[in-house]
Amino acid sequence: MDALGEFVRVYQTTIGVIGINALLALSVWITLYAGQLTLGNAAFMAIGAYGAALLGMRLGVPFPLGLVLGAGLSATLALPLGLAVFRLRGVYLAIATIGFGEVVRVLLLTLPFTGKALGLNGIPPLTELWHIYLSLVVVAYVLWRVQGSTVGRAWAAIREDEIAAASQGIAIRRYKLAAFVAGAALAAWAGGLSAHLNFSIEPGDFGFTRAVQILVYAVVGGTPSVAGPILGATLLTALPEILRPLREYRDIFAGLILMGVIIYLPRGLVTLAELRKTRRLQEIGAADVA
Amino acid sequence: MAEQLYNAIFVGSIYALFAVGFALVFSVLDILNLAHPVVFMLGAFVALFCMSTFGLPAAIAAVAAFLVTGLFGIFLDRLAFAPLRRRGAPPLSAMISSLGFAIVVIRLMELRYGPDLTSYPAGSLPQTVVQIGDARVDGLRLLIIGLAILLMAALTYVVRATQLGRDIRALAENPRAARLLGVDVDRAIAATFFISSGLGGVAGALLGFAYNAIYPQMGTPYELKAFTVMVVGGMGSLPGAVLGAYILGIGEIAALVFLPAELAELRDAFAFGLLFLVLVIRPRGLLGHRAVERA
Repeated sequence: MDALGEFVRVYQTTIGVIGINALLALSVWITLYAGQLTLGNAAFMAIGAYGAALLGMRLGVPFPLGLVLGAGLSATLALPLGLAVFRLRGVYLAIATIGFGEVVRVLLLTLPFTGKALGLNGIPPLTELWHIYLSLVVVAYVLWRVQGSTVGRAWAAIREDEIAAASQGIAIRRYKLAAFVAGAALAAWAGGLSAHLNFSIEPGDFGFTRAVQILVYAVVGGTPSVAGPILGATLLTALPEILRPLREYRDIFAGLILMGVIIYLPRGLVTLAELRKTRRLQEIGAADVA
Repeated sequence: MAEQLYNAIFVGSIYALFAVGFALVFSVLDILNLAHPVVFMLGAFVALFCMSTFGLPAAIAAVAAFLVTGLFGIFLDRLAFAPLRRRGAPPLSAMISSLGFAIVVIRLMELRYGPDLTSYPAGSLPQTVVQIGDARVDGLRLLIIGLAILLMAALTYVVRATQLGRDIRALAENPRAARLLGVDVDRAIAATFFISSGLGGVAGALLGFAYNAIYPQMGTPYELKAFTVMVVGGMGSLPGAVLGAYILGIGEIAALVFLPAELAELRDAFAFGLLFLVLVIRPRGLLGHRAVERA
């Protein structure tokens, strides 16, 4: 147990960031599971982070309440936004949400109470590792249960074929919106936790790069199951630490690994097990059946 | 005022050259090529290499930038997109694959040239001032505007009036049908990437000449602008991309001129607010033909 305690102490920050990234990856997974590609979750994360931090620092709102209010604010904004953008699909939807994300980032740079380009500093470090991991366990469990429920099956149906789903009487618009709002609230929750973990936040933390990063965690991990985004976030966040011996070449390897996964493991890392099964089938000449 | 308008047209021309290449690959292959900013940056560095190592004049360096980045585009396709295309992977995969590729190249360039600003050899860029009416304008930029318009006219000619252009348009319409009709699809794809990346590379070199400051991440801001440009003009429409680029360039400069200094940051919000509005009000953009319903 001592060795474990030592490990946790040394890598405390990384472990915290892994958990937060896993929550973020799950937030985008919800919409991906419903077949919708959105890139607004970095902005929702920013809303949660700034919301929780400002409420706590300026108004003295207790930390848990700040998290809840941040998530609530984010969900409240996501609702009208979703109504507007879900007329779009595929890449158009993705670009619309990128536009929203950039508007939020620029507003954070301009508004009088957000600290502009410097951001917020001296945020009290109230986030404990167990807050993050308790959230992760609860969220993962809930999403896993949702997957098998009416809602989860409706999302899967919309993903596979929208027209067919609509003809089955599934209220497509409402289910898409539900996924979007839930994802926004979750991203904001993770944002609030990260603000109180990191001591400082600035608008640049929540730009396009972050939005893509969150998506990459989910897709590289694999979207068929809840485990995928968690696995993806864990491995990709830990990767810079693992590749540390490569020093200045580590980003290059990270980029190559990203390409390798997307090219050779179409459905993400979680399908590694499946792939091995397919190989076995190929060896006995039954690949087409699989 | 005239000077500001001139700046707006200059910025718009660079946006246009960047965005037409980006839009070309999107309209033909449905790929959002996140490595396009890398090609843009490489163009600027190829020009630098030609001028500092071989002492070539800027004009020849720009041509070299076009050719080298064009070939690089074909290489990019072979490495990052072709394997996914063979499998029929969704467009999202191509986007992520090009992102991985972009990270690798940017990092390699940072290792070679450092992350900071590099400038062209002293005295290698022509410096003239042209008098237009009562406005004195930088001659180099005027040249760049002219060149950008020329290149876009050439692109329009190639796509509209040549056999290669017909092949590319057939490919955009339906790859399988194009192949059945005897179009050399692989050649058309390679040509698409050559043209797209070549234009992106030239845009990078020209921007580098104008500002005389280049760095490995220089393409990144243009990527987000290119999204706006494509959406405003209509995704998949090349004339739309050009129109969108000039609207964005003029709008940004106008925001800079008319907004008070403390709100100058809102200049960027203008671009994305515009993007958002167009998507919600008129999703197919100003000149888009294709229905948004296509996923």
